[in-house]
Amino acid sequence: MTAARPLLSVQDVKANYGPVEALRGVSLDVFPGEIVALIGANGAGKSTLLMTICGDPRASAGRVVYDGAEITNTPLHEMVRLGIAQSPEGRRIFPRMSVLENLQMGAFAGDPANFGGDLDRVFRLFPRLAERRDQRAGTMSGGEQQMLAIGRALMSRPRLLLLDEPSLGLAPLLVAQIFATIKEINRSEGVTVLLVEQNAYHALRLAHRGYVLVNGSIRMSGAGSDLLANPDVQKAYLAGGHH
Amino acid sequence: MDGTKAANALKEAGLAALVALLLAVPLIGFRLTEGLQGLGIETRFDWVAWGVGVVFFGRFGLALTRGSRGDLLGHLPAMPKFPTGTGRTVAGLLLLLAIAMPLLPVADRYMVEIAITVLIYVMLGWGLNIVVGLAGLLDLGYVAFYAVGAYTYALLAINFDMSFWLCLPIAGLFAALFGIILGFPVLRLRGDYLAIVTLGFGEMIRIVLLNWKEFSGGPNGISSIPRPDFFGFPFAREGEPGQTTFHQLFGLEFSPMHRIIFLYYLILVLALLTNWFTLRMRRLPVGRAWEALREDEIACRALGINPTNVKLSAFALGAMFGGFAGAFFATRQGFISPESFSFIESAVILAIVVLGGMGSQMGVVIAAAFLILVPELLRDFSQYRMVLFGMAMVLIMLWRPQGLVAHRAPSARLEAGA
Repeated sequence: MTAARPLLSVQDVKANYGPVEALRGVSLDVFPGEIVALIGANGAGKSTLLMTICGDPRASAGRVVYDGAEITNTPLHEMVRLGIAQSPEGRRIFPRMSVLENLQMGAFAGDPANFGGDLDRVFRLFPRLAERRDQRAGTMSGGEQQMLAIGRALMSRPRLLLLDEPSLGLAPLLVAQIFATIKEINRSEGVTVLLVEQNAYHALRLAHRGYVLVNGSIRMSGAGSDLLANPDVQKAYLAGGHH
Repeated sequence: MDGTKAANALKEAGLAALVALLLAVPLIGFRLTEGLQGLGIETRFDWVAWGVGVVFFGRFGLALTRGSRGDLLGHLPAMPKFPTGTGRTVAGLLLLLAIAMPLLPVADRYMVEIAITVLIYVMLGWGLNIVVGLAGLLDLGYVAFYAVGAYTYALLAINFDMSFWLCLPIAGLFAALFGIILGFPVLRLRGDYLAIVTLGFGEMIRIVLLNWKEFSGGPNGISSIPRPDFFGFPFAREGEPGQTTFHQLFGLEFSPMHRIIFLYYLILVLALLTNWFTLRMRRLPVGRAWEALREDEIACRALGINPTNVKLSAFALGAMFGGFAGAFFATRQGFISPESFSFIESAVILAIVVLGGMGSQMGVVIAAAFLILVPELLRDFSQYRMVLFGMAMVLIMLWRPQGLVAHRAPSARLEAGA
């Protein structure tokens, strides 16, 4: 696998929020077909890294390379056409619009001819969304809204899916269900996933590989199961018993 | 427990009385009189005392009996729940009424004229609804596009002798062009900043029209703007030699009502066109993107929507309908001046959109009818007219803070089995 060219390569990226250095030279690779988890404490810079990949905030140094081409300065709205979809932090569904309309917005940049098939695919992955398709998205439960955020991202037929905290605020049973679906999306659809998570236990069990971010730099990396077994990781991120 | 309640009520009443006092001293307390020795000032502090007393005891009583402000709202009747499909039926009935209205025996000239005014505001409300209601861009200078449309028609018709039907699309395109010129640099701004820039733009257009005398006639405006004809047949008692007039064409007795009824149907068609267009757009990706943009701009960008382009399209299309309405206004009035395009017009149109429920087409109709008709109906109350109007507005906003028609129908549904 490591012989292949990475689909996404973050190379020594730095980013600032005003005078605060949020990322101090982060490098990571995501290879085609992988699920990669990025874990770390609150404020370690996980979401910032995901946002910097998308160009907001801009990286002050370093490069982001996608499929062999540099995308460090590509505007966010052009990412989808390259095959990068994201479910941003806080889900950011359109609360006043119906579930179906949200999914239509997900297909905005795509070919309308694919819409019907893609909709069926998303409804198969999340049968709940099919039941609720005419409901106002803002009136659904947190878990359903998370499903919608992921489903909406999938409507653009991405090659790379960026997920920011999909487990945030969800009941344990729902977390397990969402992670099972992410696995399914990766395995049967071949979508590469970069996952940012505070729920380290679930994320590392799911991921092929993981990175641990501490204070804006990568502290550790390795196979998901290795990190899960690592005593330092266990002490720092799993002691709370997130499962 | 009763003690604290009374103390609170006293405090509330005291505050209300203080506000009343501050307002009443300059507004009621002094009165300009014209005497033999010239102008004098008469004081009426007894009136002020009465007013403040009424406010104090009224507020005290209200606070005691109702408890808090929240309770007062709770006592207002709730909006009745309509079964689904009512909107469609009501819209259909209203449309039938609108079509039949000028032909009804009760419809006199005054009624049809008022109806035309209402329809102009319905059309402007629908146009601004694209910008404010759907795309969520607060535009405080919408009247600028109305003015551009009106002056485009007036100047083209007078200087180049162009017909209304040719000028109408040009006026719309011109207004849209102004929308793009304004929108391009400012649409990167967020909410309140955008509001300030659009407010300034609206005033700029008015002030340019006021001062550029050679071009726009300045404060004198433009008069004898050609009236529309019936596709080449004028509405006149006597046509020019060799010209057939409207009443000759149809073998009718000449009546000045013909032109007014024609204007009525013209604005009805223009307004319905605006509505039809908006409803179509809502089903297209661009139209849905307007609404999505109002909800969450970052999510839109993540989905591949270029916010600048989408906002620009909403701005330009909203401006275009403002331009159409302006051209109609010019031909209806026969006279335009910068006075017709002051900020208060923008405010009224915005009030129609907000009162109607931001994005609701039906809400705009109801709100426009309310805002135009109520001041008309209250004419009998002469000097209390604006007070009653203000009270009605306050009551509506207490009763329905989210607007008269807050329900939003989804733009897409899957057919069963699809």
